[in-house]
Amino acid sequence: MQLRASPHLHSGRDVPTIMRHVVYALLPVCAFSIWQYGLSSLALIVTVTLSCLFAERLSNKLSGTVNTLSDWSATITGVLLALTLPPAFPLWMGAVAGLTAVWLGKSLFGGLGHNPFNPALVGRAFVQAAFPTAITTWAPAFAPQRFTEFIPSSLTLPLMQPNDISAWVAANMVDGFTGATPLARWKFEQFVYPVEDMITGAASASTGETSALLLVVCGLYLIARKFMDWRIPVAVVGSALLLALAFRLFGGDEYPPVHLVLLSGGLMLGALFMATDMATSPVSPRAVWAYGAIIGTVTILIRYFGGLTEGVMYAILFGNALAPLLDKYLQPKVFGAHKK
Amino acid sequence: MDRPVYSEAGSAKGLSLLPAPPAHPPLVEGQHPSHGLASLFSSWRRGTFQRGVHPAPHKGTLDQPIKRMPFPRKLVLPLAQHIGKPSVPLVAVGEEVARGQLIARADGALSAPIHAPADGVIEAITPRPNTRGAWTDAIVLRVYEASTQEVRCGEPLDLDALDHTQLIAAIQQIGMVGLGGAAFPSHAKLNVPADKQVHTLIVNGCECEPYLTCDYKLMREWPAELLAGIRIALRASGATRAIIGVEDNKLDAMAAIRPHLSADGSITLQAVATKYPQGAEKMLIKSLLGLDVPNGGLPSQLGLVVHNVGTLALLGRLLPRGQGLIERVVTLAGPGIKKPGDYWIPFGTTLRSILDWAGDPDCKEREVILGGPMMGQAASTLDIPVSKGTSGILVFDKRMLEPITKQSWACIHCSECVNACPMGLNPSQLGMLSAKLEFDEMAEHYHLGDCFECGCCSYVCPSHIPLVQQFRAAKAFLRERKPT
Ligand code: SF4
Ligand code: SF4
Repeated sequence: MQLRASPHLHSGRDVPTIMRHVVYALLPVCAFSIWQYGLSSLALIVTVTLSCLFAERLSNKLSGTVNTLSDWSATITGVLLALTLPPAFPLWMGAVAGLTAVWLGKSLFGGLGHNPFNPALVGRAFVQAAFPTAITTWAPAFAPQRFTEFIPSSLTLPLMQPNDISAWVAANMVDGFTGATPLARWKFEQFVYPVEDMITGAASASTGETSALLLVVCGLYLIARKFMDWRIPVAVVGSALLLALAFRLFGGDEYPPVHLVLLSGGLMLGALFMATDMATSPVSPRAVWAYGAIIGTVTILIRYFGGLTEGVMYAILFGNALAPLLDKYLQPKVFGAHKK
Repeated sequence: MDRPVYSEAGSAKGLSLLPAPPAHPPLVEGQHPSHGLASLFSSWRRGTFQRGVHPAPHKGTLDQPIKRMPFPRKLVLPLAQHIGKPSVPLVAVGEEVARGQLIARADGALSAPIHAPADGVIEAITPRPNTRGAWTDAIVLRVYEASTQEVRCGEPLDLDALDHTQLIAAIQQIGMVGLGGAAFPSHAKLNVPADKQVHTLIVNGCECEPYLTCDYKLMREWPAELLAGIRIALRASGATRAIIGVEDNKLDAMAAIRPHLSADGSITLQAVATKYPQGAEKMLIKSLLGLDVPNGGLPSQLGLVVHNVGTLALLGRLLPRGQGLIERVVTLAGPGIKKPGDYWIPFGTTLRSILDWAGDPDCKEREVILGGPMMGQAASTLDIPVSKGTSGILVFDKRMLEPITKQSWACIHCSECVNACPMGLNPSQLGMLSAKLEFDEMAEHYHLGDCFECGCCSYVCPSHIPLVQQFRAAKAFLRERKPT
């Protein structure tokens, strides 16, 4: 006779299933970036993911816990992190990013569920500080030789400065490539990128953030399967949109047009796949809305008034830091609470 | 009140929005019986509460009628089958009793008597495992092999001749208690204190627990008795109207009840969304009337009294005949049951004799659950008898238990539990506090007392954290510590 306390049924969902589906949803994004950037992108995604898995397994061994590779969370961290890095990022730096993401971002706090910050963003923030040049060196998409040769900087020897890619860029010249992201070009030369380029992936950007459309489709899959909390992307994008509109309408032409704000700088990737990381987002409904709105707002404020052209990453880390507080002060409304 | 209401009087107003349910609609599991734009609209208008979960129904034997199980050789009748004081035996060891004979009387106002479920001889009055598995005093009855199913005891009552006090006393004398699971003496619930007033009787026909079908079949087979019971309950409680709330997947039951409704519109039938825990008192009241029972409060504060359909159907059947409550409909289901279905089972029938007759002997490492799978208790021994509060006996096998118990993870803040808790609590936070043994904090700031242990949180948690199980332990700890 077995004895258990009720309920004796379960929905059948478990952590690995949720995480696995997030990985599935990211696969088309990876495929698109490989199509755009070729071997370099493929190698970057594989390297970063493997380094995350390695870091996770080593942590398991050192702390004597069970093997947690099977929960797929390290895989998500790896893939997401790779997608936020520039395609020409040296592979050894990618590996460093992966190791720091898992160790500094997760294992240090006790593993999945205990980490206050999104591990992928911790890794990205680390390499942003450690390798400021490499992280802002963009490569052109659709280079003719992309499936047969690496972008030279990818294969930089470990601990070396990245190889110079200007000669390679010149040789592979793609029309209109300037080596600056749409947001940076707006900031420095008031150039308005056409919407089509930002959807089809022709604009320079990180590996996985070039096609806002594809990201939305993949996000919708997760939302439809209820593997993602739709309120977070809605709140992030909604608040960013409102604020950008307000600035554009009342602040005038010195502020960028709305589509630039929404479709670039990783806003979509961040809103759909980073801010929604369950472990680092709040649980109670009002806190979830507030969390999303804070991320959207802070992103815009950083972009317009801070020194950085992007800013989603710091906005999400800021939101992560606030999540426990939001949960504490915005508890769910208890049924029947309004006592007479 | 502008929700769809099925009643002859109210039909002109509310019913037009709904497709008229056919007399005997086919009920295929997993398939929503209605379709089309009209049903979309009506399901949007259908009463419901916030959050909750949708477990698979597993209601497998809907097409079969209620059947009878042969008498077992021995019946074990715990003296405490109900909430309140245990009954006092009126028989001695060795005495012969007849089916329906009073064998134990009520002890005071909050208690209920017990009647003999079969002809036989009293073998012992001795401690035996009760429904909760604890050893308490019980009457052991050896059943005569020739015992008939006919009930010869009891004298028909002229209900109209009884005044209110006599009516309440008569309800107590037949040993009626809530059959939904709580086993609270019915007469006590219907006897509204003089300083309170009850205007509406809510009849709970939701049966939201998966697997269970006993209430559904009683509604379908005994609608006249149900309505008779409702009229008795209306008189006893002083309420002026009754609303029967039925989940909208039970169209058969609604179709059976509808012809019996009063012409004056005082008794109405209302469909509510099929969702767990729709059958919880507070949720049903929210769904039917849009009212929130204040936390820590009772429905009577809102002038409401809630009774289960099974209770009222048996009340309507037994009270006019003056017969005692000696058996009930019990659902037998689950992979470890070879003869699933709903059966009239006399109280005192042990799980062992039921499983010997209906169980699958090959089912190893099984779990036997008393009640529904969401809130029911696992039986610790097969010597536990069916008592007044037992609505179902489910036998689950190893395959069903393994996935949940195999592995668990830390809380990943997925917020599924928060989005499932019908009480609007934060099970995630409560779970983390209980892991740190901060029970006082749970009670003071996180409304532990409002958790009614429906189990939705544990049901959805992808980390397989035993949330409600921990909350139960925390509550028990706080109760134990409190000086009484
Ligand atoms: S068991 Fe308690 S905490 Fe869990 S869902 Fe039900 S009411 Fe909420
Ligand atoms: S369902 Fe489980 S994992 Fe998800 S928030 Fe609740 S306790 Fe945490």
